[in-house]
Amino acid sequence: MHNDYTITHLKQLESEAIYILRETAAQFEKPVLLFSGGKDSIVMAHLARKAFWPAKLPFQLLHVDTGHNFPETMEFRDKYVEELGAELVVGSVQKAIDEGKVVEEKGARASRNGLQTVALLEALEEGQYDAALGGGRRDEEKARAKERFFSHRDAFGQWDPKNQRPELWNIFNGRKQHGEHFRVFPLSNWTEMDIWQYIKAEEIELPHLYFSHERDCFVRDGVIMGVTDFIELLPDEKVEKMVVRFRTIGDATCTGACLSSANNLDDIIDEVAAARQTERGTRADDKRSETAMEDRKKQGYF
Amino acid sequence: MSEDNNSGYLDMDLLRFTTAGSVDDGKSTLIGRLLYDSKAIFEDQMEAMEVSSKARGDENVNLALLTDGLRAEREQGITIDVAYRYFATPKRKFIIADTPGHIQYTRNMVTGASTANLAIVLIDARKGVIEQTCRHSFIANLLRIQHVVVCVNKMDLVDWDEGVFNKIVEDFKSFASRLDNIVDVTFIPASALIGDNIVEKSENMPWYQGPTLLYHLETVYIGADENHVEARFPVQWVIRPHSDKYHDFRGFAGRVAGGVFKPGDAVTVLPSGFTSTIKSIESMDGPQEKVFAPMSATITLEDEIDMSRGDMLVKANNRPDPTQDIDAMICWFASDKQLAGSGKYILRHTTKEVKAIVTEVCYKMNINTLHKIEDDLTLSLNDIGRVKIRTSAPLIADSYKSNRITGSFVLIDQLTNATVAAGMII
Repeated sequence: MHNDYTITHLKQLESEAIYILRETAAQFEKPVLLFSGGKDSIVMAHLARKAFWPAKLPFQLLHVDTGHNFPETMEFRDKYVEELGAELVVGSVQKAIDEGKVVEEKGARASRNGLQTVALLEALEEGQYDAALGGGRRDEEKARAKERFFSHRDAFGQWDPKNQRPELWNIFNGRKQHGEHFRVFPLSNWTEMDIWQYIKAEEIELPHLYFSHERDCFVRDGVIMGVTDFIELLPDEKVEKMVVRFRTIGDATCTGACLSSANNLDDIIDEVAAARQTERGTRADDKRSETAMEDRKKQGYF
Repeated sequence: MSEDNNSGYLDMDLLRFTTAGSVDDGKSTLIGRLLYDSKAIFEDQMEAMEVSSKARGDENVNLALLTDGLRAEREQGITIDVAYRYFATPKRKFIIADTPGHIQYTRNMVTGASTANLAIVLIDARKGVIEQTCRHSFIANLLRIQHVVVCVNKMDLVDWDEGVFNKIVEDFKSFASRLDNIVDVTFIPASALIGDNIVEKSENMPWYQGPTLLYHLETVYIGADENHVEARFPVQWVIRPHSDKYHDFRGFAGRVAGGVFKPGDAVTVLPSGFTSTIKSIESMDGPQEKVFAPMSATITLEDEIDMSRGDMLVKANNRPDPTQDIDAMICWFASDKQLAGSGKYILRHTTKEVKAIVTEVCYKMNINTLHKIEDDLTLSLNDIGRVKIRTSAPLIADSYKSNRITGSFVLIDQLTNATVAAGMII
């Protein structure tokens, strides 16, 4: 059914994302690409390489570091950035805590996820960035389903869902007042499945956490968590060895794993196709309330 | 064929469609069923919906809660904005632009329609063709959606009666004959609630021999929707690596808006009029033999000529005439400001921004009756009308009828930077 002038869905999504990345470089003075070392940001960095090849990326990478990372992610991040020949800036939640700008949550269930917002806004201001490219996708969460490609933030970094600019055809309005900035989401129209299919088609390398491995884990609120130095166990929680992989990689204190023996891309794609839980179903931070994501986004979260 | 069971995914194409509907015409149920039957709704989403439906006192699981994610929407039980939804079958990936159907959300319908290949117009079998049908079809036609599915829903409530369906088909055809951008209309009798003719063929309507909705969405041919004749390449960005290996490399980056570009093609840069030949089409994966809409590409030329963002590369034998005067249909988007006489705006067209004055409002449309209004020429939120615009610099434009990308623009308020109107060049 494909004639000469039809392209696959992956090529369409790639073309769209490259178009957005180039619009961002052209419309803003100092954009930055948010890079966490997770699969979405790796795909975005890969697309950015393609968009500007054979030149280097016309922007820096920024990692907002909660300090609660899986060590594998950090090793991968540093190696990837070096190969890319890009410049990495790190915004630190630990630093914001040390400087007294935020107060850390207390107790066994403490998470630094909310504090990331402060560190992110600080880093954006310090670097004088006027656009931050993020790997957010509309299929991830219901509050994201109405997010724009070019998402306007006021001078306080806040998102107003009722006052978003309409986006038609492929015309994106990035005009802004002094002090305002934009979040830009080139992967808006991708789903988790598209991401995995693209990783396979483009042979993109990923951190090992995404593939099945044996790890010390415990179960909290029905979510499997990896044992790290940053999490205090509750009295009734037991550590067990489990064969798991991670569907998303975020702050280690709130990113859950799933039992899985998928150790290659084909098995992961099959697993995603058969999955009956959304990817964010393993994210404890979204479970706090029905509109938890919208509330965090209004404050400036990604 | 390889044994690899994922290989099918790599051969899928993409269909973008829009749905417009109001609270009670079954739109959410229809989308819910497409998503649920294609396994795009997950267990945890279903559980969350069950919990919220119960808390709200709804009798059945309220599928609208899946699409209405914003707090204000959940509280008021309405859809405010365009929601984008995704699902896939082994044949295609689908992007749904789900929009509210009431007249006060015309701007959302226009936004959702701007990127769609196909529109689903929902008709309640008990009500037949009504004002809202007319409005939704008009918007689909205005935004040049070439494929329309008229889904006659709630057939269970009219006893699966073929006569009711046929009457609606005739009524729709008689008014849609005026909508000349719609080239392909398919009528499907259905019940989204029970599931007839959505994914599974109806056993209650043996008189209907046509496709189910999902089968039609999977197979409708959209390959001819893009204009592959008139070559248009708006330049977004110039790639200059300044490296030892690519010392003299100058690549013009952009997304093809129409036609086909190949190495060796004679091309002209507009508005300057300089001519050259395409040397190569570059990519990280190696040189490409040809590119066409909607592909992103990097083009190099044989000659060193001046070209930058906002310019357009076209074929030497097919050049649009640069113009500073355009006639257009516009939809007004601003809630706090009306279109005032000789209003000054920023006009964004492809990758170019110019200043613009709306010199005349010719008429306004009553989009329920398709009548022209000539005695009230003020455009307020959601109004659609025909205007004349003068720009500060020439636009390299086509009519919207021949090209949706080079024929469209938005108007931006100079003070607030808000996007206040969307326009289609006549």
